[in-house]
Amino acid sequence: MTKNYGTLKHTVWLPYNFAVGPVFLRFYEGLKEGKILGNQCLKCKKTLVPARTFCPSCNVDMGDWREVSQEGNIVSWIVANEPFLGMPIDPPFIAALIRLDGTDCSFLHLVGGFDTDTLNKKIKKGTRVRAHWRTEKKGHLMDIQYFKPK
Amino acid sequence: MGNAVAIIGSGQTKHGRRNDVTYPDLVREAVQAALENTGLTMDDVDGVVYGSMPSMMEGVAMTHFYFADALRTVGKPMMKTETCGTTGMSLAHTGYYWIASGLADVVMVVGSEKMYEGDSQATMSTVMEPYYLRSFLAGAPGIFAMQVHEWTARYNIPSEKARDAAAKISVDHHMDALDNPHAHIKVKLTMDDVRNSRVITYPFRLWDICPNSDGACAIILASAKKAKKMCKKPAWIKGIGFCGDEYWYGDSDKVSWKCAMEAVKQAYDMAGIKNPRKELDVAEVYNPFTFVELLHYECFGFCDPGEACDLALKGVFSRGGELPCDPSGGTLCTNPIGATALIRVAEAAMQVSGLAGDHQIPGANMAFAHGLGGLSEFNGIMILGSKL
Repeated sequence: MTKNYGTLKHTVWLPYNFAVGPVFLRFYEGLKEGKILGNQCLKCKKTLVPARTFCPSCNVDMGDWREVSQEGNIVSWIVANEPFLGMPIDPPFIAALIRLDGTDCSFLHLVGGFDTDTLNKKIKKGTRVRAHWRTEKKGHLMDIQYFKPK
Repeated sequence: MGNAVAIIGSGQTKHGRRNDVTYPDLVREAVQAALENTGLTMDDVDGVVYGSMPSMMEGVAMTHFYFADALRTVGKPMMKTETCGTTGMSLAHTGYYWIASGLADVVMVVGSEKMYEGDSQATMSTVMEPYYLRSFLAGAPGIFAMQVHEWTARYNIPSEKARDAAAKISVDHHMDALDNPHAHIKVKLTMDDVRNSRVITYPFRLWDICPNSDGACAIILASAKKAKKMCKKPAWIKGIGFCGDEYWYGDSDKVSWKCAMEAVKQAYDMAGIKNPRKELDVAEVYNPFTFVELLHYECFGFCDPGEACDLALKGVFSRGGELPCDPSGGTLCTNPIGATALIRVAEAAMQVSGLAGDHQIPGANMAFAHGLGGLSEFNGIMILGSKL
């Protein structure tokens, strides 16, 4: 049996103010207007969402802004059952990678708005989902309450 | 190609909840163990490499300063390397580069973590930026659970089969850990224990997931000239590889997983390995999650894509199988993160040196060690052989 020498309680509290930058600002403003905004790489022509300042593959500045589809297919999904720091809502919830129509990457968000007893049937690769918005929008990722299976 | 480098010994702490010691004392325990294991003194060591997870895990920033005395690095050159979960592998690579370059002959490499003192999962969440990903991938299990459903859908693997194969991996590794004196979690499990344990992040249940551990590991690397003089059974570094994916989760395919496949290709090319399942005798796969270990088998060419569950259920990767994986119990049973991948290297070296004790794979001549990190964005490999 190891002797218990006790612990010293100590809290580090560090508030941050992260620069938003022009691209995330516009993306968040789009959410406030009920739009999901992506942009297109001038070189590889991929449409990425959320919008980026530069293309991660080509390392060139992104070009045209565009409102992307609010509908897409589930690529993969999880059920978060335990709380972790930074979660947008209390678990349990479903998070998914969603390929919005016409885009070239997967968008991460929540899936909800259906009877969870039907989870095994409803939620799988290829399930069609559509953005379900909150009535009051704040220019925040969670202005989209979840993506709802069709 | 650089000069030949060998691992000439290692030391590990007792891993687990170590409230009995302060952090520098824990680090010192591993350093002392490595020196005792090799019979060296710090006069023999040219430099020290150290690393851990982000400082938030420890609540003390720049811990290599805090640990200077425990690491015995005062008056010597030292380097710090930090690449998230891959830290331990990057540490081993840093030591390798130092000696392979010809600028040092003997280097001590140390990794550590004390996860019970702070909030490990909150620290992990801060690995993601707060603009977008942090909201949806909080904690480590979410990232990798997402990857698993992508994998099972790609190859039409029935969820029951993946579940059973992952349960077998958990049962086997927990059994293996009983033979490893350093392992943290020591418990006998049945398939049903795993299958019925609490869901953390579906499809991961409690026994699919590694623990938090306090612990440290130190290895000592040496040039060919010194290794032959200082060690009877050096473990020679035959190949290394490291590769990263881009940051934004969702941009790339995590099943045909580029950073895993490219890192392993570099290591196999360097070691001249063409058929890993035949040519490797043992592998220490970095396996914080049972299901992801299966995906790694495929990315590392231990089997064909989509085949891992069937082969795992047949025992191909169990002790006594064709390519035993994680006879130490792996990350699944012991996970002081900054040390975890370095433990994989130390264990692989012990295997080819014939010094792995009760979890020795008989006659192991070629061993594979792996580290995984980031939002699944980093994979690092080291291959060790018994012959120069």
